[in-house]
Amino acid sequence: MEADPGDPNKVTGFDVEIAELLAHGLNRTPRFLFVPYASIDQAIERGTADVGLSGVEDTPARRAAMATTIPYYAFREVLAVRDADAGRLRGLAALGGRRVGTLGGTIAFEILLRAERRYGLQAVSYDDDVHPYSDLLLGRLDAVLLDNVLAERRRRTMPGITVQPDAVAVSHYVGVLAARSASLRDAANEVLRAAMRDGTLERIFRKWNVWNDDQPALYNRLLAREPVPPVSGLDETIGVAAISRWEAVRKYLPSLVKAAGVTLILSCVSMAVAVVLGVLIASGRVYGNGVTRLALTGYVELMRGTPILLQLFVIYYGLVAVVRLPAFLAALVGLALNYAAYESEIYRGALEAVPLGQLEAARTLGLTERQVLRLVRGPQAFRLALAPMTNDFVALLKDSSLVSVLTVVELTKQTQIFATNLGSWVIPGTLCAAMYLVMSLPLGAVARRLEERWKAPTP
Amino acid sequence: MEGADAVTATILEVRNLHLRRGDRRVLTGATFTVARAGIVALMGPSGSGKTTILRAIAGLERFDEGTIGIEGVTLKGGAKPSGAVLRNVRRQVGLVFQFHHLFDHLSTMRNVTLAPVHVLGTSAAAAETHARDLLRALGVEHRASALPRELSGGEAQRVAIARALAVDPPLLMMDEPTASLDPSRRNELGELLARLSGQNRTILVSTHDEDFARRWATVILRVEDGAIAE
Repeated sequence: MEADPGDPNKVTGFDVEIAELLAHGLNRTPRFLFVPYASIDQAIERGTADVGLSGVEDTPARRAAMATTIPYYAFREVLAVRDADAGRLRGLAALGGRRVGTLGGTIAFEILLRAERRYGLQAVSYDDDVHPYSDLLLGRLDAVLLDNVLAERRRRTMPGITVQPDAVAVSHYVGVLAARSASLRDAANEVLRAAMRDGTLERIFRKWNVWNDDQPALYNRLLAREPVPPVSGLDETIGVAAISRWEAVRKYLPSLVKAAGVTLILSCVSMAVAVVLGVLIASGRVYGNGVTRLALTGYVELMRGTPILLQLFVIYYGLVAVVRLPAFLAALVGLALNYAAYESEIYRGALEAVPLGQLEAARTLGLTERQVLRLVRGPQAFRLALAPMTNDFVALLKDSSLVSVLTVVELTKQTQIFATNLGSWVIPGTLCAAMYLVMSLPLGAVARRLEERWKAPTP
Repeated sequence: MEGADAVTATILEVRNLHLRRGDRRVLTGATFTVARAGIVALMGPSGSGKTTILRAIAGLERFDEGTIGIEGVTLKGGAKPSGAVLRNVRRQVGLVFQFHHLFDHLSTMRNVTLAPVHVLGTSAAAAETHARDLLRALGVEHRASALPRELSGGEAQRVAIARALAVDPPLLMMDEPTASLDPSRRNELGELLARLSGQNRTILVSTHDEDFARRWATVILRVEDGAIAE
């Protein structure tokens, strides 16, 4: 489903019509709420809405944890590649060493994670189903694995994409309800069966150009009350829900530790860059001429006055015509540029807080202004800036989770993937929080020690 | 001494200094000369312009009219002095502030060696040896590794004097040096200044301490309402 181009406040899509169908059959009025795709189960479980729809996949984990409806649409996971690669990149096995994108928390992502181990490709997780295809055309990806409905929709609107005919796996869309709503689910199932029987579903899917021969085959089995397995084409069971919680932790811990490493490296490097830029900006604002000061003030206000999420999107997606940065580099640049504005304000305040007497004493000794800054004003300002800088570094450590929107898998993103597959946030959330604390707590200690050391006389 | 190296009898010549801050006339034509060697006291009540005169001589205060000549370098009223002029002035003049303004982040030793190393290009070792001699002469060698906040008022003043002397300025100025000293310390300071002054060093102090000036100064100039009274 997506926003109606004619009226962006209205949603359109076959899922909207299915929702209207269900609501009508259950004697309710449909009201649509927007929830991030990867959080639909959690939102339903906590009661944000009664029914979750919109490409919700039929997985064993979801069937076990939630009350899912019978499937209402069968889809195939298909590979999309650039036209030029259509002859070569026909299956996962041909994608060794290449980047393949998909929507995070989906069957397709799970398939790609396995293919990472098996074929050596690199799975890239997205939060939406449009940017994987635009990144494919930009060359940031070599293939996209998503269901045939999404792939066909993009192929029609984005020239240059070839959808490979062979299905990598087959699964279905279902509606998802909270486990406690089993009776509502059973009622919804009957509404769906009736719509299968009387051709309502076929009419809806035909209207949206997604009707194919897979659907009558599925409906016949469902109407005959035959069991339908959630996924086929994947040898092992999906996700980690089938194994014990502790086993799941053991399985995911290495990837969480690795993601924490990404978070740490990203934070440290972008903070280092932000500090250097911040010093330059602050010096320019204190010592520069009118034009320099105006330009730097404009920069600082722009970076502080707009959301960092917007800045990250602009740097990664918005500037592709100018510069095509890899995701990690774009994340690093985005965080560094944003935090440089905040650091510069700290340094400017600190520079201006150094007493005039200190500067005059240095000047009368014959030091040049540059030497005064380097030998007296700078070092004194840095001591004043240390505490707020530590504070900012801890904030940056956490803000680095925002870069997951640029497909960088850092600690929070990895935790979300873990939680989606496990169907619970309790264990992943606790582990994630512990890891952030392990990284942030020592910072405070280091800062305190530095402050102590600077109180002692310089030999 | 001979030829170009000949030393003139006058080290400082201040002519007709005028300075207005808004409606307030801070300096109203201050004119005086300071002869080489000796201790010159600028006497006057607070607000009379003593400190402003010292600051103007050190190149810290711009003035509207007049000239200040120190050892062949001239500061002119109404114009911003160039960096080169300021550097030359500051090679000739040292200033010990009333509140010392020692560098908070540096030890006593580093306070004293900073300018020799970075302005004169003296090696760190030579600067340290010289600094130790100065601190010893001033009786604060044992405080070499202390931070400014750990020093007493008298110690801080001596360190500030050592810091100013480290670059060996012919003219050493001190702003209200007795303000924070008890009477016995004032005499110690007077003896110290008498020792420091000589053919190679002239001392100019601002003070409103009549007894101190009478006892130690070789010349007393009285400042009244921004000018020198006769």
